[in-house]
Parts: sequence; structure tokens; C-alpha cells
Amino acid sequence: MQNELHPRLRLMVALFVGLFLFVGCSSTSQEPVQQQEPVEDPAPPTQPKAKAPVDFAPGGLDPIDSRGRPISRTFYFEYDKAVLSESDLSALELHAKILRRNSGRSLVIEGHCDERGTREYNLALGEQRANAVRSFLRSAGASSRQLETVSYGEEQPADPGHNEGSWSRNRRAVLSYR
Amino acid sequence: MNKISHLVGCFFLMILHSLAHGSLDTIIIDQGQDDPVRIAVVPFKMDSGLSDQINLSEIIAFDLVRSGQFQPLPTANMLSYPSNAGGVFFRDWRILKTDYLLIGNASLSIDDKVSVLFELYDVINERKIETRRFSVDLVHWRDVAHKVSDLVYERVTGIRGAFSTQIMYVLAKNSGTSKATYSLQIADSDGERTRTLIESAEPILSASWSPDGNRVAYVTFETGRPSIVIEEVDGSDRKRITNFRGINGSPVFSPDGGSLALVLSRDGDPEIFIMDLETKVLRRVTRHHAIDTEPSWSPDGKSIIFTSDRGGRPQIYRVELATNFIERLTFVGDYNARARLLPDGRHLVFVHRKDGVFHIAWQDLERDNLQVLTETALDESPSLAPNGTMLIYATQNQGRGILAVVSIDGRVKYRLPSSLGDVREPAWSPFNDGFKKW
Repeated sequence: MQNELHPRLRLMVALFVGLFLFVGCSSTSQEPVQQQEPVEDPAPPTQPKAKAPVDFAPGGLDPIDSRGRPISRTFYFEYDKAVLSESDLSALELHAKILRRNSGRSLVIEGHCDERGTREYNLALGEQRANAVRSFLRSAGASSRQLETVSYGEEQPADPGHNEGSWSRNRRAVLSYR
Repeated sequence: MNKISHLVGCFFLMILHSLAHGSLDTIIIDQGQDDPVRIAVVPFKMDSGLSDQINLSEIIAFDLVRSGQFQPLPTANMLSYPSNAGGVFFRDWRILKTDYLLIGNASLSIDDKVSVLFELYDVINERKIETRRFSVDLVHWRDVAHKVSDLVYERVTGIRGAFSTQIMYVLAKNSGTSKATYSLQIADSDGERTRTLIESAEPILSASWSPDGNRVAYVTFETGRPSIVIEEVDGSDRKRITNFRGINGSPVFSPDGGSLALVLSRDGDPEIFIMDLETKVLRRVTRHHAIDTEPSWSPDGKSIIFTSDRGGRPQIYRVELATNFIERLTFVGDYNARARLLPDGRHLVFVHRKDGVFHIAWQDLERDNLQVLTETALDESPSLAPNGTMLIYATQNQGRGILAVVSIDGRVKYRLPSSLGDVREPAWSPFNDGFKKW
């Protein structure tokens, strides 16, 4: 199926983009550096020190980037498609980074559809959307224990309207941290 | 097509007050048969004190109108109002071009039982063709009205009537907001006597009836994830029967009631399973990495039809359970889904996308011809009346989810809106054998 190949291709692109972003962040960030005790850091090599970590905002539910801005938790899809959009990959990479840093934390990925098409078929389509996010995060280093998917199909629209604008807001995957 | 809505205006007035308490509004009839059978339903003679509590003949006449196959004579045009054989003068009814005449009476006993007698006459041949007496608790008087309608319908058309059936549907309020609620409702086939089976802040979907009409299966998100629940219609028992990782969907009882077809994605992608309801043992039916969903049984229980996008787009397939032989059934269009077989096992109804718009379509599996039955948009969830003459489905009207009914030949159409919220996913009950609660 094309749907299975596609995200994988994009993932490779995404990994490159993610790496680029990461390097970019750590070299140009102007955020104040968190002073740590002068203890030898036992962190494994896969967890390099970031000057300004992407992490959770106080409260522990809202992920923020190195500039303290919230990281998008909603990702949109085209009609009848379950392929991640290129422009969402950098934000997803940041989520993967947060999960890597916080191995005790987990997140639920909700898949949603617009109202067109049958309800149970849309449950399946919503699951494909959630799975596209899940496999991206896994490949980017999140553990499968940290990722749960739930498809709501067309049952929980974000926008109750019945036009293209509403539909495009309803075809989405939403991440919520636990 | 014969627009008959003006003819039934008088019935609307009579039933308006009685429908006001249900969560479905007054039925709107859009279209009927070209040459309906002309019948006179004479107001039943009532004991004093009974006539302001029950309106049998109005309910019966409205049942018959709704079928699209009858045109009841307006009461005001009647020359007499007989309630027994002695008062019937066939010549009077022939003058009024009436083919059939229905008369009756009802009396109330001291223990609050109502006794109803009806007689159906063939006016042309001047003979009585059906008569029956019923005695029920007064609170169940509507069951009698629908039972009379069933018998009249069967006597005249030769097809078993399905007015004494019920419709289950999902009522969604405040959809798309944080205050959204979902409930499973059961109403009489005319939208009356609605009651709530279950209500939840999380979605409810895919409700279906057991073949004896005593149980329903549905999908609930009440635990934060989908799971399948089987519940007794009288509320006496409720069991969660699947709670797997991923999709738990599309529960449909087998014709013998012993198994449930359902969809699970626990193995990675949605597949059709059959659960033996006694042993709870699961048998996996489909094995394909594409989406396989929306199973439905053939009337003989030997095969299952389902939706799959294994060919690239969603289409209807059939799997023979003894051999696992799979064949594709639909070829017209790029989206055909959620199919149901008619009781004859030969005809299929399903959701069909045409020019980007979703309609209900009908297909003869032997001749392979497809006919689109509905003209509205976003039509889905077709469910057949147990006699196979009509189907109920969900559609939208002015941005609101409503239920609608269309006959299998596409000629008869009516709508059941609700002013309480979006109504959807209707499921027509099986025949009710006998009277419930008698």
C-alpha cells in the first residue's frame, strides 16, 4: 500500500530535518543556559546536552520548544488520506525529543476524520492517521510503551460545521500527554 | 411522482399533540406511490372516557399513509361512521371510490384493560376479510394500533407489515463542543414513545439489534477507548464483550443470534472477526493489510459482506465462511461502503459516493445494476425494515442530522427530524412476534 511506504520516505526526510533543527537550536539558541551541578553527566551519548531543552511547561502537560513557545499538538490531513504533512515533521520531531528525554511520560494520539464517508470506515481511517504519527515518533526514538492511539473517526469533530473549512479542521491527529 | 403531503395534513393535526413529548418530531412525508390503495379508516367507536386518551384510527391511518401504499379517506368526506357490520353500506363506500374499509371499537374494563375489535372489508367484493379482537393494558394501546396496521397491510399487499417495530438511533447533542453528549434512543417505528437506553459524554455508535429484538450491541467510548457492549433492551443486563487495543467496532449479530461479527485492529489493522457469544472464542475472518470493516451477515448466516479498500478504494466484498472464498461485489464508483443485504439475500443496499456526494444505493447482485435511491447529501447508515420494503438512513437537513426513510423502489419518502439534536445511525428492529409486555 502506498500509505505504508509514504510515511517511511517522509520519515527519512524528517530525520534529516530534525537533526538539522536540533543542531540549529543548540548552536544558535540565546536562552539562558541552565546551570547544573559540576557533576559528571552520566547521560548516554544518544542524549546530548541541549542548551535550552524542549520540555514541558510548568504543569507538565504542554510541551514547549527551546524558546518557550508551545509546540503544536494538532496535525492536519488531506481528505481521505493518512499521510503526514511535510510541514508538521519538525514539530513531531520535537515531540519525539521530549519523549526521549522523559521516558516515564506517555502520550495518547487521537485520530479524527471529517464527516464524509461511513462511520466505521472513518474509524479505520482515523486509526491510520494516528498510526502515521505513532510510527513517525517511534522511528524518531520514542518507545512504543509511551505511545497509545485512539481513533474517534468522525465522532468528535473539532468544528461542528458542514463545509470545506470545517472539514479541514476535523481531519486531524491530536497529541495529549499523560 | 404523486405528492401526497397535502392529503395527510389532517392526520398531522391529529397526531401533533401526541408526538410533542417524543424526541423525534412530526414525520414529514415527501413522496408516495403513484396509485395508492384507497382505504377508509373510520374513527373507532370508544367507550366514554376512552376517546380523549387514545386515538387508534389516527395512528392506524398514519401508519398506512407512511407506507406510501395507502391513501386514507379524510374523515370529513365519510358519509357514515359505522362501528359494526350492521352499519356498513358498501354502496356508500363505493361512491367514495374506497377499495377497503376498516372499522372498529374499543372498550375499557374496570381493571384498566382496553379491548379492541376491528373489521376489515373488501368494498368491491362486499365481504369481511379480516377481524381480530385484542385486549391489552391501557398503557399499551399504541401496540394495538400498530398491530392492526400490520394486519391490514399484510391482508391487502400480501407482505407482512412492519409497523409494530422499533427504531434505535444515536442522538448527539452539542456536537463539536465540550458539552457534547451522546445517547442511544429507541422509538416506535412512527417515532413515538422514545426512551433512552444509555447516555454518555463519550461517543456511542454502530448500534445493532439481536434477531429476537431483546438485545442490542454497540460501540461506546465511555472508558476513553472504544469497546463493544451488549445490553438487554429492558435494561436488565449489560456486558462489555471486547476491550482490545485499537478499534473495537461494527458489532452485528448473526441471524441465529449465537455469534457476533465485529471489527478489531488489535493485530495491526482492522480485520473482521466472529465471536461465539457462548464461549467468547474469536475467529478471525479476514487477513489483509488493507482496511476490512463494516461486516454484515447474509440472511442464511453462511457468508459475511464487508467493506474493504484492498483494491485501493473502499468497495463491498463477500466472504463465504465455510471456505474463506472472497469475491468483490461492487464495481460502480470509487466509494461503496456499509452494505446490508435484503431478506432475499440477492439485493444489496449501501453507501455510494457519486460525484463526491454520498447517497444510499441499491444493487441487484444477479444483474449487477446499481440504482441510487436518495438525492440528499451525506446519506449514510442504511438499515432495512424487517419486511425488506423500506430502509431508514441518516442524512442532513439544514446542517442538522435527521433520519429519513425511502422505499426500496425509491418511490416513497419521509423524514424523521429531531429538534433535540443530531439524530443518526438508525437501526430498524426485527419483527416483534406477539405483543411486548402482554
